[in-house]
Amino acid sequence: MAEMTDQEKQLVEWLADMNEDGAFALAKKMLLEEGANPVRVLELCRNAMDIVGKRFEKGEYFLPELVLAGEMLENIGAIAKPLIKQAPGEEPKKLAKVLIGTVHGDLHDIGKNIVTFMLDINGFEVKDIGIDVPVKTFVDEINQFQPDVVGLSGFLTLAFDSMKETIEAIQDAGLRDKLKIMIGGGQVDETVRNYTGADAFGNNAIEAVSLCKNWMVVAA
Amino acid sequence: MQELDGGCRVTASQTYVQTPAAKAAYEARWQRIMDCVNLKQPDRMPVSMFATFWLAKYGGITNRQLMYDYEKVEEIGERAILEFEPDAHSNLVLQCALGPSLDAVGFKQLQWPGHGVSDTQPYQYLDREYMKADEYDEFLFDPTGYYLSKYLPRIAGAFEGLDELPYLPGLHYLRMLSGIIPFINPRIRESMEKVIKAAEEVKRLNDHQFEFIARMKMHGFPTAFGTTSIAPYDLIADYFRGATGMMKDLYRNKEKLLQLMDKAVVFILRQTFAAAKQWNHPIVFIPTHWAADAFMSQKQFETFWWPSFRKLIIGLIDGGLIPMPLWEADCTKRLEVIRDIPPGKCIYWFERTDMVRAFEVLGDVVALRGNISPSLLTTGKPDEVDAAVRHLAENVFHKGGKLTLDAAFGLPDETPIENVRAMYAAARKYAS
Repeated sequence: MAEMTDQEKQLVEWLADMNEDGAFALAKKMLLEEGANPVRVLELCRNAMDIVGKRFEKGEYFLPELVLAGEMLENIGAIAKPLIKQAPGEEPKKLAKVLIGTVHGDLHDIGKNIVTFMLDINGFEVKDIGIDVPVKTFVDEINQFQPDVVGLSGFLTLAFDSMKETIEAIQDAGLRDKLKIMIGGGQVDETVRNYTGADAFGNNAIEAVSLCKNWMVVAA
Repeated sequence: MQELDGGCRVTASQTYVQTPAAKAAYEARWQRIMDCVNLKQPDRMPVSMFATFWLAKYGGITNRQLMYDYEKVEEIGERAILEFEPDAHSNLVLQCALGPSLDAVGFKQLQWPGHGVSDTQPYQYLDREYMKADEYDEFLFDPTGYYLSKYLPRIAGAFEGLDELPYLPGLHYLRMLSGIIPFINPRIRESMEKVIKAAEEVKRLNDHQFEFIARMKMHGFPTAFGTTSIAPYDLIADYFRGATGMMKDLYRNKEKLLQLMDKAVVFILRQTFAAAKQWNHPIVFIPTHWAADAFMSQKQFETFWWPSFRKLIIGLIDGGLIPMPLWEADCTKRLEVIRDIPPGKCIYWFERTDMVRAFEVLGDVVALRGNISPSLLTTGKPDEVDAAVRHLAENVFHKGGKLTLDAAFGLPDETPIENVRAMYAAARKYAS
């Protein structure tokens, strides 16, 4: 990223420090009054999100900060994105594709939504296919979206069997070798990972990001 | 509050005669639980039973049947209690047969078999914003008015007409006369009739639970708790603002949130005392949802979660009750903080916190309960379950921990019956 001006440093700092009012007012002023490049402003936002992610990893930040960061990014994005006059093909290249959903029988989505957001701001192309997703839908979506990673989410203990069935169906469809599968949520642990046949499990959104990044490094 | 003795005075329509052997067994079981609370060594490690939809698996029926057939739940629950002989059992009827009551009140916060999920799924909570971010002032100024005109109509169809109730404060002297005219509103009348009908159904449900408690007492089995309660933070997060709304409020509405939680302590205490008296049971089950290590920083925990919860716990203790929080997920980092309560007054039930570590930090302050892992119970083998029970018996109970053995959050719905048999057999094998 190019050298930052003092004003840009201020924006990054306020975003990273959860100064929502200050950051939003500054971003708005930069975009609407000073004609700042919206692509550059979004880049600054991502920069701030990197700091948020690092603080989460260090145990300084927790779920409330991830949620508020997501909200700040969305609000600034709502102003910045319509201002972007981008030529086709200019979008930043995504790291890899991740398909994510809550397995059938389970309606929980808070954890899945946070994982989706964190993967997105970390440069992954994420397709979230919702909650209570039937096995067949996962298989159809994989065929269509061609993800590198599939994330199966579930909060209830019934999700153990739903995850196992989903992974078996992916295997039966001949798709298992082409992708990595991670699971997460509520009661998921190594015992469940082993039971379901997933490649890995994660305890939180940052672990999900790390898993995906590590797999992409190995694949590259 | 008069002394509550765990179900001995519950009213049931029939008289259930306890044999002298059953009476002795009942008293021995109750004593085991109370010895743990009082930090005295019981004659052996007690084991408890908490189940919801696992009973459907055990009884070979669907979850939907379990939610709608009072007699069936009682029959299966009785069979399970007689087979596994726990020292205490949970409110099996109240926890399961909710269908008719939910229908009658038009409940909107759950999806349950036949209402949004299939007949074989459990009921699931719908995390939504049931209170808007700009409604703190209204709630704080007049909680009763807020419940009547906003909250209850949002969470249950039967209450919907009450959103047109007249504003009652200010109806003094003869102004009161014209002030009550809105009560002729057909929507309000219809709403009140629906609420009364729903109340009659809930009364039927409670009567079944009372009968069940009386029958189990006849067999010699006490209940593990009477009523439930809730942490002020969890009340606002789960049932009002929704999970993400609450997380944003930690930054956006900090002061008002703290004020509201302080106020909530008062009305939660009043509700809990009334319900504990109704069920004649001193132990109050308090599932906690947002205390876990992963959910907020230690500073946030000590600012937002713990202070109002501690006030609640102390209030319950001062009123003669025994709080039994279930510390959901992993709360290892919280142990030193939650130690700050009077000794010998509570049961701390842990879900994923390492019980040995909990015993080391809290063993001289509280009784413990738990915590055979759900993943082990559902996917493991009986010998692995046996080993997990043995581990807790040897490293907690036999080292002086006042542990009641149980699954981490009751029996997971999918637990194979042979694993449940292994858990109770091991609990007895390693108990003394």
